[in-house]
Amino acid sequence: MTESSITGAQALVRSLEEVGADVVFGIPGGAILPAYDPLYDSTKVRHILVRHEQGAGHAAEGYAQASGRVGVCMATSGPGATNLVTPIADAFLDSVPIVAITGQVPRPAIGTDAFQEADISGITLPITKHNFLVQRAQDIPQAIAEAFHLAGTGRPGPVLVDLPKDVLQERMTFSWPPKLDLPGYRPVTRPHGKQVREAARLLSSARRPVLYVGGGVLKARASAELRRLAELTGIPVVTTLMARGAFPDSHQQHLGMPGMHGSVSAVTALQKADLLIALGTRFDDRVTGKLDTFAPNATVIHADIDPAEIGKNRLADVPIVGDVREVLRELIPAVEAEYAAGNRADLTGWWRQLDQWRETYPLGYTEPPDGALAPQYVIERLGKIAGPETIFAAGVGQHQMWAAQFISYENPYTWLNSGGLGTMGYAVPAAMGAKVACPDKLVWAIDGDGCFQMTNQELATCAVEGIPIKVAVINNGNLGMVRQWQTLFYDERYSQTELGTHATPASGGTAKRRIPDFVQLAEALGCAGLRCETKDDVDETINKAMAINDMPVVVDFTVGKDAMVWPMVAAGASNDEIQAARDIRPEFEGDD
Amino acid sequence: MATTHTLSVLVENKPGVLARVSGLFSRRGFNIESLAVGPTEHEEISRITILVSVEGSALEQVTKQLNKLVNVLKIVELEEKHAVQRELLLVKVRADESTRRDVLQIVELFKAKVADVGPEAVTIEMTGRPDKLNAILKMLEPYGIREMVQSGMVALGRGPRSMTQAALRPAERSA
Repeated sequence: MTESSITGAQALVRSLEEVGADVVFGIPGGAILPAYDPLYDSTKVRHILVRHEQGAGHAAEGYAQASGRVGVCMATSGPGATNLVTPIADAFLDSVPIVAITGQVPRPAIGTDAFQEADISGITLPITKHNFLVQRAQDIPQAIAEAFHLAGTGRPGPVLVDLPKDVLQERMTFSWPPKLDLPGYRPVTRPHGKQVREAARLLSSARRPVLYVGGGVLKARASAELRRLAELTGIPVVTTLMARGAFPDSHQQHLGMPGMHGSVSAVTALQKADLLIALGTRFDDRVTGKLDTFAPNATVIHADIDPAEIGKNRLADVPIVGDVREVLRELIPAVEAEYAAGNRADLTGWWRQLDQWRETYPLGYTEPPDGALAPQYVIERLGKIAGPETIFAAGVGQHQMWAAQFISYENPYTWLNSGGLGTMGYAVPAAMGAKVACPDKLVWAIDGDGCFQMTNQELATCAVEGIPIKVAVINNGNLGMVRQWQTLFYDERYSQTELGTHATPASGGTAKRRIPDFVQLAEALGCAGLRCETKDDVDETINKAMAINDMPVVVDFTVGKDAMVWPMVAAGASNDEIQAARDIRPEFEGDD
Repeated sequence: MATTHTLSVLVENKPGVLARVSGLFSRRGFNIESLAVGPTEHEEISRITILVSVEGSALEQVTKQLNKLVNVLKIVELEEKHAVQRELLLVKVRADESTRRDVLQIVELFKAKVADVGPEAVTIEMTGRPDKLNAILKMLEPYGIREMVQSGMVALGRGPRSMTQAALRPAERSA
């Protein structure tokens, strides 16, 4: 299809329509302004005007993580573009497919420190999978097509397209589809047959194997295949923070989440394993603890689409480069062949031990001695009442860990969070993006009072654009995770962690000072605001929030500040040092 | 112990590629000892020759990370035995009437060239392997080195094969 003489800006919008981008989150400004004119006329691309570019980026991430499609955000040059840096870095570390489109000053002004000039392609070099600074209007369709291809294939990730204003204004001849010219980009998706057979042999003969499942399983849309392999082999499964939902939490073989705040059974299973089948995971320090003491007796099968992840942190005995779904599809018959040949180890003894750990050290919490509302209880009830079809998006900190621990994830793509970068403020905009991608799904953001104050302005976007998300603010009045570390490692010296969202004033009196008052704030932002302060009111408040579907809802769950996330492996410590609760170290039979 | 490896990296000849490559080295903590970039026999391809100093198995991580750069086409490690490796040296040495003859003798011995001559100094040009360049520098030092400049190393594999041809072929991979 060729169209004579349209502007670069029109070509951009046409290209977005052609690649199937149905939603763009963004904010206009000087340099990107030409693009907003044809966007005004597009019936295929919906633009959602956010309140801060960071919100646009996280919304694109939420959209992508909930739907599997490439998310799109747009901003102007300079500060608009630099405000996208945090979500781009977030998407880079969590392998989220997004395309960021930024305006740039006109070509003749580049390099002159012009108004609102920032070298965004230079700035995002280390945090994008790739980026483009487009020099000719004629190149726009190809750049957009390549950006979407790069973002969504192989190991997904963010791609930025920087468009100088005069390039958007220049006339060009539009033709679609453009030729992709990426000679250096050849992701390997088909695994090596010999490696798969070797993996099957090890997997069939191991006596203490564990399936160590990472976010790559979700990216590869391989949950069904994972379940088939798990049920075929009877091997226990752990799902990392990025993989929650990849395998049903209610499944008998699921030991929970490994890592710094993982379950004792999941952490210990990895430590005592003789074989790790690592699928789409990157041996992150938050999972391995002190690396040289991680799973010391385990042989490692490591399957990942990114060859650079294999052997980066832990040497792989059987490296398999490939798309995890294709790996699993080949691994399953290879294991069946091993079983048919009589090679099958008995896992009864392993399961006896795993069950014992699981029964002795279940996830749990104690009610706060001061009678305050327990945050874990709120989150647990929210999970139960909202149900397994709900999409949950969390911020970063204690509430995120509790949401990972105390909600039962039964379906893939129901748990969105910032795992790698740990970006506070992710929840509200990500929930907004997820709700736009999946309008028929119930979407709950679970946020802390610290996180919520970073990005809650996107609730105005939600209210204006008709995106009825629900937000549970787990409001403990503090930067809770930092406070927990101050409790444990800084002698209870609470330096700069109290936020004052429900403090008792020093001047006396019983009335709490709420700065801000989240109920009033919600109302000011065009949302319904509810508050819950006691255990007895939790269910009723959640049900009330569930009944409001014509506008966004914010619930201020005012909880105690002393609750801590357990279990815990202290930063830099070995996973063998896991504490089930404060000062409670599990004892393991057969400790060696 | 750190060892030095010579990587020959074919990249697309596009703006900013060198920044992508050098940025990758610094942010991943890989140590570049020398870097040379220039055109190849194909207009659309440039070749970057990098000497990288790494410990143990880290070289694999260097090449894997480089391969992830979309503009990188092909990477080959050129082992000393199987490659022709050259650097270019320009060195300005103090040489007046009393010492010029001695300096020129050294130039001759090393099969170097005189690039410029003046009453007080000569500028010597020499290509060769780094050890040979170091040797001539050592010999010239007593006469007084006014200034010098040295290029990064460039290298090609020995024998008839060409890595650019292989890189130009479209992606094929047997499973």
